[in-house]
Amino acid sequence: MAEFTITINGKKQTLDVDPTTPLLWVLRDHLKMVGTKYGCGIAQCGACTVHFNGSAVRSCQLPISSAAGNEITTIEGLSENGDHPVQKAWLEHDVPQCGYCQAGQIMSASALLKKNPSPSDEEIENAMNGNICRCGTYTRIKAAIKSASDSQIA
Amino acid sequence: MSKVKTGIGRRSFIKSVGVASGGLIIGFNWLACKRATEEGGEEMAMQMPDEWFELNGYLKIGDNGIVTIYSPNPEIGQNVKTSMPMIVAEELDVDWNNVIVEQAPLNTDIFTRQLAGGSQSIRQGWESLRTAGATARQMLLTAAAKQWEVPVSELTVEEGVIKHKGSDKTMGYGEIAKAAAQVEVPEEVELKDNDNFKIIGTSRKNVDAKKIVTGQPLYGLDTYKDGMLIAMLVQPPAFGMEFKSMDAEKVKEMPGIVDVFTIDTYPEDMEKEWSDVAAFSKLVVVVGESTWQVMQAKKELKVEWDLNPKLTEQIQILEKSAGMAGATGLESSDIHNTLMAEVGEKKSEVVRKDGEPEKAFKNAARVIERSYTCPFLAHNCMEPMNFFADVTGDKALLLGPIQTPEYAEKSVNKRLGFDLEDIDIQMTRMGGGFGRRLYGHFLVEAAVISQKMGKPIKLVYSREDDMTNGVYRPAYHVKYRAALDVNNKLTAFHVNAGGIPESPLFANRFPAGAIDNYLAESWSLESNISTGAFRAPRSNFIAGAEQSFLDELAEEMGQDPIQFRLDMLKRAESDPVGEENDYDAKRYAGVLQVARDRSGWNNGSSSQSRGVSAYYCHNSYVAQILDLTLEKNEPLIDKVTCVVDCGIVVNPDAAKNMVEGGTVDGIGHALYSEMTFKDGAPQKSNFDTYNLIRHKQAPKKIDVHFIDNGIDPTGLGEPPFPPVQGALANALYKATGKRFYKQPFINELKNAGSDLKT
Repeated sequence: MAEFTITINGKKQTLDVDPTTPLLWVLRDHLKMVGTKYGCGIAQCGACTVHFNGSAVRSCQLPISSAAGNEITTIEGLSENGDHPVQKAWLEHDVPQCGYCQAGQIMSASALLKKNPSPSDEEIENAMNGNICRCGTYTRIKAAIKSASDSQIA
Repeated sequence: MSKVKTGIGRRSFIKSVGVASGGLIIGFNWLACKRATEEGGEEMAMQMPDEWFELNGYLKIGDNGIVTIYSPNPEIGQNVKTSMPMIVAEELDVDWNNVIVEQAPLNTDIFTRQLAGGSQSIRQGWESLRTAGATARQMLLTAAAKQWEVPVSELTVEEGVIKHKGSDKTMGYGEIAKAAAQVEVPEEVELKDNDNFKIIGTSRKNVDAKKIVTGQPLYGLDTYKDGMLIAMLVQPPAFGMEFKSMDAEKVKEMPGIVDVFTIDTYPEDMEKEWSDVAAFSKLVVVVGESTWQVMQAKKELKVEWDLNPKLTEQIQILEKSAGMAGATGLESSDIHNTLMAEVGEKKSEVVRKDGEPEKAFKNAARVIERSYTCPFLAHNCMEPMNFFADVTGDKALLLGPIQTPEYAEKSVNKRLGFDLEDIDIQMTRMGGGFGRRLYGHFLVEAAVISQKMGKPIKLVYSREDDMTNGVYRPAYHVKYRAALDVNNKLTAFHVNAGGIPESPLFANRFPAGAIDNYLAESWSLESNISTGAFRAPRSNFIAGAEQSFLDELAEEMGQDPIQFRLDMLKRAESDPVGEENDYDAKRYAGVLQVARDRSGWNNGSSSQSRGVSAYYCHNSYVAQILDLTLEKNEPLIDKVTCVVDCGIVVNPDAAKNMVEGGTVDGIGHALYSEMTFKDGAPQKSNFDTYNLIRHKQAPKKIDVHFIDNGIDPTGLGEPPFPPVQGALANALYKATGKRFYKQPFINELKNAGSDLKT
């Protein structure tokens, strides 16, 4: 066990955990922030995606020892009132079916739009290809990202 | 208007009418309701009532007119948590903006068939949901009439406001709810005519959407309770094996680990429910303080496994009979494939026979014979299996994702010996179901572990545990034969279908009824690999196979594949063969005709390769036309046109979402997914090797049309899944010049390599 200070959604938190613990389980088990989902544990499904200094990363592969000292944003902190353009687009398009993968999809999509506010279809597919949706909402996800990209012109 | 018996007994009603609650204000999703969106998307706050009044088990009304509707069935992503309450709200005549939806717990006194499966929630709930709404409405009107001292017939109601024609007096539901709760339940109520629907048939947003997109706790795996421990399992590495011994001492010393022991989920003398499918009953359990610590401990645990003689015996007999000496009873996919191709058919039994098929085949000028096969599949719900259990004394609280709460309750009753009323099962939103969570062994395991620990626990399956635990979609095989005479006319049709461990045959479905000489045969082979229902069981293979064969047959006969099907359906409609045909030929033809029109089938100018398919299952009809192009032997799916006849569509945009998803899911599994075995061991355990369809591979466009015929609703969750596999195979043929007989098709595409005419 070791003590780590980590900034999550702008809030500093100090934790005493095994240094190898992935950020995913720190969020879920220790901080009870359950928006970040466990899907595969090997960075293959994207359900656990968070922003690490603004980039989309798989929190299941990020040990707390590497996360400490960096800016982490989770789905809970993406916006104050759930009104990030990507979240709004998700609601407008009524994207979710079971909904389990959608937090990860939204975190990947919002990181993409931050870097590339008007992505092409191909750029969307490439950025999103690591996020599996077993319900098959891919066409709606793409439509929602396109709406959000239109609305997000800086 | 139609009158129905309410059938709602007094026992359905909570006797104490005043259910207190605080004057809370909850944020209300501005997108959840159509009207608010139109007004420009203002966030609405909803004032919670001081008191609630239960009018029946489906709903309660607050003193301020807010209505809570309980959604009875489990939510697995099919969106019943929105669409079932919409049906209640329709007959209650309330403003959907004033409705709060809550998931009902298991309550067999009030609700019937609290089960997510068979695409039957809306179909079978249709009348009871409407009746519940209409009954409450009638009670509210009766109470208002009494208060105003006017006849009920002079009252009208709109969006929760009662109006008296003569006096122009108005009253909100909230003002009369308390009195209404005292009114005698009417024995008979009137239901609306379809023409008067205001909510049914209009698109309403998913009631949980805001929570989903903001990461609020919703799923079983999100459960965290005070004092709760995490439990995980270690299961045998192969089907046909069982626990022998373990050395757990070192592991028990690891940080955060509380205990390591074995459980027997289903002891031999326990009477099982149909839903108690589990390949492994005796399991090693590791309990600890956090998930990561338990995962680490699992890796260090030394367990020895042995052959399970009971599970391997039957397989030995089978394999020896197949001439496979030296088989251990640990099954492998190559042996499965040989058994299905060479052995299964010898065990065939005739299920249906019309006319004289043998004679027709003997006299045929030409016989076309083709075989199709598919592998086992893992369900791979994105939320792995899990359940929370708090078993204390003689009471059990069980909370989590389960498609069959009623059966799970019976299983716990038998396993722990608790009375049914002492078993409280609460349903969370599920991160996918697809049939996997019909089989609630994980719930029973959680209950047994909690009882043993004397503490609340959450049982968590890792992805690897989930994928290698069994309950797979069976492997299937089907052989079709068609007899053609000298005029190239179809004279007989023969289907011989089987699988491990069940046959996918539906003997009375199309093309039965359309052919004079018809023979349907069935067989199955046993296995110790556990299997279960997977989205559209049996249809999920045989639809694609049959529709591929019909496509090839149409080509051999020189006919347009759609016209060929339509001609057969016309025969089945006007002069059906046999009396057991379980489809409506006219509705079946209807979806095909609309698909032909909507896709521009006859224009034929497309540069893409195009395939058609249509199928009937779960009481609904779906036709799909798929357009693709090949790029480096990888299919790019440009468009799928889907036409669905599922009767009345309750929530159109959500229904469209379901058809889109089913289409993607069907394509994905036919093209990319398989589970294989070597010596009993599953060869894939995570998404690095088990392929599920991804963003790049999904269709670029999915065009969905519903047939508007006013018929009471039928299934929707499953029907779009099976036929698209046939449309895909037929489009792949157009693109490559090769027919596709073995799922997943990607293997054949890769094997074909440079042979393809790309």
